[in-house]
Amino acid sequence: MSNILVNAPKTAKRGAAIEIKALIMHPMETGFRPGPNGRIIPRNIIERFTATWNGAEIFTMDMSPAIAANPFVSFFAEAKESGTVVLRWTGDEGFAAEQRVDIAVE
Amino acid sequence: MTARLLVIGLALVFAASYAAAQVGADKRRSGYQDMGEALQKMQDDDTANPGMLFVQLGGQLWNRAVGAADKSCADCHGDAAVSMKGVAARYPAIPQGSDRPVDLEGRINLCRTEHQKAEPLPPENRDLLALAVYVAHQSRDLQIAPPYDPRLDAFRREGAEIYRLRQGQLNLSCAICHDDNAGKKLAGIVIPEAHPTGYPIYRLEWQALGSLKRRLRNCLVGIRAEAWPLDAPEYVALELYLMQRARGLKLETPAVRP
Amino acid sequence: MDRRLFLAGTAAVVLVPLSPATATPDAMAEAIRKVVGTATPTEGRVKLDVPPLVENGSTVPLTVSVDSPMTEADHVKAIHVFNEKNPQPNVFSARLGPRSGKAVIGTRIKLGDSQRIVAIVETSDGKFLSAGADVIVTLAACLEESP
Repeated sequence: MSNILVNAPKTAKRGAAIEIKALIMHPMETGFRPGPNGRIIPRNIIERFTATWNGAEIFTMDMSPAIAANPFVSFFAEAKESGTVVLRWTGDEGFAAEQRVDIAVE
Repeated sequence: MTARLLVIGLALVFAASYAAAQVGADKRRSGYQDMGEALQKMQDDDTANPGMLFVQLGGQLWNRAVGAADKSCADCHGDAAVSMKGVAARYPAIPQGSDRPVDLEGRINLCRTEHQKAEPLPPENRDLLALAVYVAHQSRDLQIAPPYDPRLDAFRREGAEIYRLRQGQLNLSCAICHDDNAGKKLAGIVIPEAHPTGYPIYRLEWQALGSLKRRLRNCLVGIRAEAWPLDAPEYVALELYLMQRARGLKLETPAVRP
Repeated sequence: MDRRLFLAGTAAVVLVPLSPATATPDAMAEAIRKVVGTATPTEGRVKLDVPPLVENGSTVPLTVSVDSPMTEADHVKAIHVFNEKNPQPNVFSARLGPRSGKAVIGTRIKLGDSQRIVAIVETSDGKFLSAGADVIVTLAACLEESP
């Protein structure tokens, strides 16, 4: 299980642009650093972050090793209808994590 | 006549208390105050502060049964928001039945070995830091309040001596940087006053959470001194002195630092 | 305090000077070319917020905002960020759309050195916008013994 913190409003006015902020625990090991034994530590990063709103993709970010450890992402979404926002992170070594957020649109 | 005396008397009292207030004006600064606005914002926002990921993990571990006793921290201590409030503000302390002080991580490991019948966690282990940061977070915004315990005096004195001891190839003491030159810049960074107000901290350089011990080791390496072994009592003595020196400052755990 | 000794200690750590903003290294130029093709991005309408001076390059907050109505007819399709001096020129590529409501995104990046950062924005009419920012990275004073 991954440690994830999401900041999103529970309710939103129809048509409003709401900000969603997400933080996930991950080393984002670049693959360029030598370890204590002098050998390069293999790359281990999150490659992709996606957000869907009731199944429709609303935002994606392809990440590189230049994204800081414990990646933080903030973006906006137009509140069209009540539903579930699913945030998904995937990456090296089969990494996959997901967080669901329910938002009521009035 | 009596009225005039009363006025003079009151004036004297006010003057005295004003003077006392001036003398007592607290000029001590947390490292927080010397960070850029971007980093202060990162620390202040609980969904932007990476240290909060470890607080979350610590909360999960708090409720997880481990060891031969199959007990969780919560089985003994209940709700950490109640039972752990103020604990980090008064550590290090001497555990019952012992005569030597331990830091918070040391106390957690004592709980593991004595009550949970589990292996102690190694220094800087992620789970140990997560538990420590979860416990310390319960004291956020409380003032650092080292306990009155005469048994601690000798250890505090030892810590104060270490603080003033010149060591390493650069022949520097903690005091030379953090008392005499605090507030000046070292390679573009303000030298902090070394108040341990937010440990364990999320240090950007580490890109991870780390303990005061790890930070002290960085300082020792910085002055080209040999760092003490990870289980050395010197760290606890120094922490005791630093906490005494920071008495009354507010805990910020989890602090973010560059 | 022995001033000379103190200086000797600090001399081990040096401020990295800012590189000329015009000297875009080839790798970044090549990475940008892959996105824009033969088009020439125009400046303006894009705001790239990075602190000009950062205490530590390993976690640098970065925000890109584009002045766009974000409608079906006129919106930002993608925001790419590049750097000059990290081992790889790409930082991230984000895809947005009319459902974004607002073309503002933020993250935290690693900068191995003082350098120029460039944001390239792709709009729904197939045009490209850009913005750049120079960042000075100061190093932490007392580094750890091992990585």
